[in-house]
This record gives sequence, C-alpha cells and structure tokens, in this order.
Amino acid sequence: MRWLLLKDLQILRRSPLQAFLLVAYPVLIAVLVGFAISRSPEKPRIAFLNEVPADTRVNVGGAQLPAAGVSDRICSRVECVHVKDRAEAVDEVSSGAVLAALILPADLVDQINSLSTLTPGTPKVEVLVNQEDPLKAQLVDERISTLLAQANLAIARRIAVEGGKYLNLIINGGKFEVVGQAIPILGLRASAQILEALGPALPPGPLRNSLAQVTDFTSRARDNLDIAGPLIKRIAQPIVVKKEVVNGSAPPLEIFAIAVAATLTLAFVTVLLVAGSLALEREENAFARLTRGLISPAVLLSEKVLLGMAVGLAVTLLMLAGMQLFVPLQWSRIGLWLLAILAGGGALAAAGAALGAAAREVRAVSLLAFMVTLPIAFLSLVPSGAVGSGVFDLVEIVTAIFPFKPALEAMTAALDSAGSGIGGPLVHLVVLIAAYGLLARLALRRFAAV
Amino acid sequence: MEGTAAAAFEAQGLVKRYGERAALRGISFDAQPGDLVAIIGPNGAGKTTLLSILAGILKPDGGEVRVAAGAVGWVPQQAALYRQLTVEENLLLFARLEGHEDPRASTEEMLELAGLAERRGEIVARLSGGNQQRINIAIGLLSRPAVLLLDEPSVGLDPRQRARLWEFVAALATRGTTVIFSTHDIQEAERYGRRLLVLADGDSLFEGSAEALREVVRSEAPEAADRDFETAFVAYLQHRGH
Repeated sequence: MRWLLLKDLQILRRSPLQAFLLVAYPVLIAVLVGFAISRSPEKPRIAFLNEVPADTRVNVGGAQLPAAGVSDRICSRVECVHVKDRAEAVDEVSSGAVLAALILPADLVDQINSLSTLTPGTPKVEVLVNQEDPLKAQLVDERISTLLAQANLAIARRIAVEGGKYLNLIINGGKFEVVGQAIPILGLRASAQILEALGPALPPGPLRNSLAQVTDFTSRARDNLDIAGPLIKRIAQPIVVKKEVVNGSAPPLEIFAIAVAATLTLAFVTVLLVAGSLALEREENAFARLTRGLISPAVLLSEKVLLGMAVGLAVTLLMLAGMQLFVPLQWSRIGLWLLAILAGGGALAAAGAALGAAAREVRAVSLLAFMVTLPIAFLSLVPSGAVGSGVFDLVEIVTAIFPFKPALEAMTAALDSAGSGIGGPLVHLVVLIAAYGLLARLALRRFAAV
Repeated sequence: MEGTAAAAFEAQGLVKRYGERAALRGISFDAQPGDLVAIIGPNGAGKTTLLSILAGILKPDGGEVRVAAGAVGWVPQQAALYRQLTVEENLLLFARLEGHEDPRASTEEMLELAGLAERRGEIVARLSGGNQQRINIAIGLLSRPAVLLLDEPSVGLDPRQRARLWEFVAALATRGTTVIFSTHDIQEAERYGRRLLVLADGDSLFEGSAEALREVVRSEAPEAADRDFETAFVAYLQHRGH
C-alpha cells in the first residue's frame, strides 16, 4: 500500500497546478467563509440629522431630561454620519454611502412633552431609505424598528419610574416641589394612623361611624396603591425574556467560523482528491492490472482513503495554523483536533471513494464531487427554525447521510473547550466510513467490467 | 487440440454471457512453451473477452483455465500505466507491487529488454504510443510469466514501431515464454502467429497454422487461397456465414 501512496503523491507532485488548486482553492474558500462568519456584525452607517435645539429638555412626568443625550444613545447603536441638512442626508442615501438617514425634527421634543398634556401630539422621526436593494431595505427597516422600540422603551421606563415616585409620595408622604417651593404631603399611611388615633376620642354615634369609614378607606387605598407600584413598573416592559438552553451549546462565533472553514477545507481536499485519484486508476487503465493479483480492491480503496486523510490532515492543520493569525487557538487541544480531522477526513475520503468509483473519468468525477460537496456543506449550515419543520427534517436527513455535518460537529467540539462532547460525531463518522467504504467497494465492481 | 502433456496453458470449454448475448460458447485450446498463438476474428468475436478470462480479470460462466506453472502476464490493449510518472517510476512501482526482492534490478532488466534504458527518466505521457506500449509490455513481463497475454498490442503503432514490437515479442517466445495475442491485423497474425485461433460470434472456428487455414480455403474457395492471407481469411469467414 505504501508504494501506491508514494505513487499518488508523485503524481500529485508532477501536476503542480492541480496540486496548487487542490490546496489553494479550498483554503481560499475556507478563509473567505471564515472571515465572513467570524466578522462581528458592523454597525450600520446611518446619516444623522438632529434638528432638535441643543438646550431642549424632555419633560417626563415633571422631570426635565436633557435631549442632547438622545443623539449619543442613537450613535452608540449605529455608525452616525452627521449631516448638515436634509439635502445632504438625501445625497448620502442616494449615493449609497449610508444605509439610511435618520432625521430628528426640531419639534420632536415638544411633541414628546405634549404626551403628558391634555392635547397630546404624535412625535415623529423621519427616515430616508434607498429601496433599490430589497435586502438592504429590509435591513434598514429592522434597524430603525429596533431603534424606535428601544427609544419607546426608554421613555416608558422613565415614565414608570416617575409615576412610581408619585405613588410613593401619595402612600408614604414626603415633599413635592412646585415652582421652587417644597410642599409637604402627608401621605395615606400617616393619614390612616392619625384617623385611627382620633376614633376613640369621638363619642359613639354617627360622627364616629363616619370617621371609621374614612379610616377604612385610607387603609384600603394605601394597600391597593402599594400593589399598583409594581404594576406601573411592569407596564414599561410587560414581557421579559427568560432564555433557557434546552438543546446544544452554541460555541463562540469565531470558533464556529474556524470549524466551518477547516471542515470545508477538509471536505474539498479529501473528496476531490480521493474521487479523482480513484477515477484516475480507471482512466489510466491501471485498475485491472493492479487488482489482477497485485492488490485487492479493498486495499486500493484503503490506500485512497489514507491518501485523502493524510493530505486532508496536512492541509487542514496548515489552515488552522494560518487561522491562528486571526484568532488564538487552544493548541493544547491538538489531540482532539487530530482525532476530528482524521475521523472527518476518513469519512469524507470514503465518500470521495464512493463518488470516484461511481464515475469513470477524472473530469466527470471532479464535477460530481463539487456538485455534491458544495450544496451539502451549505445545507449543513442551515440552522433549525430557518426553514419549515418539514424541510428542516429533510435537511437533517440529507446532512446526516453525508459526512460534512458530523465532521463539522466533531471539529467544533475539538476546537471549543466549553462545547459538547466529540464522542457522538466520532461514532457517526465511523459509521459513515463503513457505509461509504462498502458503497465504494460495490461500485468498484463496475471498474472491472471490460 | 494438440497434445496437452507438455501444455503450458490449457483452456477448456470457456463460456461467457453478457445477459442474453453469449460472448464465448465453449472455447477450448492449449499452448506449449514458446508458442506464439494469434487470436483473430471479426469485431465482437470474443477475442478480448477470451484474453480477459485467461488473464483472470473476468470470471467465465463455464469452463476452466489451467496453467502448468509460473505466472500469467497480461498486457491490456490500452497501455495500463501512469502517464504522469517516468518510465523508471512505472516499472519500479509494479516491480515493488509484484514483491520483487530487488525491484531496482528488475526495473533495470526490463528497461534493457524494452530498449528504454536511456529514456528512463522521461514522463510516459511524453513518449510515443509505441514506446508506451513497450513499457506496457515490460510491465506485463515483470512477473517473469510463463504465459504472456497481449490484447491487440500493435494498435496505434506505426510500421517501424510494429516491427520492433514483434521482434521483441518473438525474442520472448524464443526464450520459452508462451505468447498469446489478439489482433485485427490478419497479415500480422500470419507473419508472427505460429498458430492461429479463429473466433467468430463466440465460437472457435479454426485452430492451427496459417498454412493449414489456407489449405482449408483452397478446398472451399480456390480463387482466394493463393491471394493475400487477409483475402483468404475473409473467404474462410464468408464460407461460414460470417
């Protein structure tokens, strides 16, 4: 077998372009995919025009809040491109320099302040978008909706806090400032205590009964308003999210990106190399000569799988070393990396052998390998919930049959120290090695036909 | 069939079917050490199928093949070697796979035998078809076979290359190797085959020397018997409805 391995490596060395493409192409794809996934989502560039006068204050429940902070809050969530006027905002959007423009009109704060008056207005902000790209339009809609939801939530919370203070004043008493003067407020709690103390001083009769009714009312009012406090706070955010992970433990994004890139590299190298190398035996008419007593078809298949594993291991380790430039990796886990690469490479190589045995020409088999590997790889990245349950079930079945997804799971588990165990994916890969090996062996019978 | 006591090789009642079609219908023949047997016949006669069964690549549906001693070397019609490797690398690879004790010495021997020692370092893809065929045969000889099977070995070769090839093959037979080859070139069969096996539609029609075939034709179609051998052969087939 070693002589066959040596021969295949010699052939690979003799075709420098092929060897280069075999290594460079998947690495290129892997790095691009890695970058695309690992890059944290950028803040969208938004042209921002704030026409609200700088000294305006937002009146929330009697409290005066500076409006200037609104700009800072918005610009912490998006990349603000400050513009001078509306025309400049329109230009920025039209040219595509920004995703959208957000204009806060001069009367925005007045309109917000009017919400607590008898003649409430409707505060409006203006959004300019470029609808030439539907994806971009959807992204802008989502971003603006999120911004507005956050702004509304902030105002609602503030109102709830201020409302809570007033309730507290009514219940417990205190001081209330009006035009610079502090007015003492007795509060329901103290009122009830005073009234209860007065009761025994009055003679039995209608007056005492009336006082008892008033005392009872203040006590009930105090108790009920005690309950109203938390209710007002809840109104600001009636629904809270309780997140509980019931299945899977998501690895850090950069780790997942590296796992995807490494598995893509492994998949392309092994599947293409093994499938092409096996088809070459047929194309060179050497298969019949080799299997005529020199070696068995099973040994030939094993040699091809070993070739794929060896080259896949070398290229994937090279890629991981390159990734180290962007993201620090835990090299102490290299034992698990090797296990994942060898098991994944073995299963992918076995699948490549089955493809190579099914087709007879190197060109046809290369095309076939691409046509199978690429869509399966993409399908393997489809998360649950992204498509309908029926379609996802189908995706699950298809991706479980091809080794890419279990190889990706094994690679992710090997790279992520806090991730799930590697045992399950390894067992899955071993089963696939056996299944594809058997399939390849059966398909090789066609090779022998004269 | 000639005496089988000293036969290097013997095929008995070989049958092969592809679905409903019978490719071989009970072919029997033998060959002595140093024999040069040419298998001829029209397209679809079963020549390649017969050689593939003799080589052990195909299993017959009936009949058996017996080899007295030694290996059976096989040279397929299309060169079965790696075109991206050099001449020497190809020979060395197969010598190693054959399990030779000294594969380099075997390689040197075959390079000399094939007359390609000076071109050992050349990539096979850059060699002419004739030279590729010589390597193809040299690989078939690596096992030092008692019987060498050649499937249309001269296809694609120019006359000079063909002459060198047959000189090479004849030398092997002189050394005692039994050579069985198929060919479409009837003149070649007459010239180099000491015995002929004529197949048509999977049946064995004739086994014997070229001169014996002419004698048969002389009795059936005298006008064709003294013309060139190909004309005589065609007359022989036509007389049997082929």
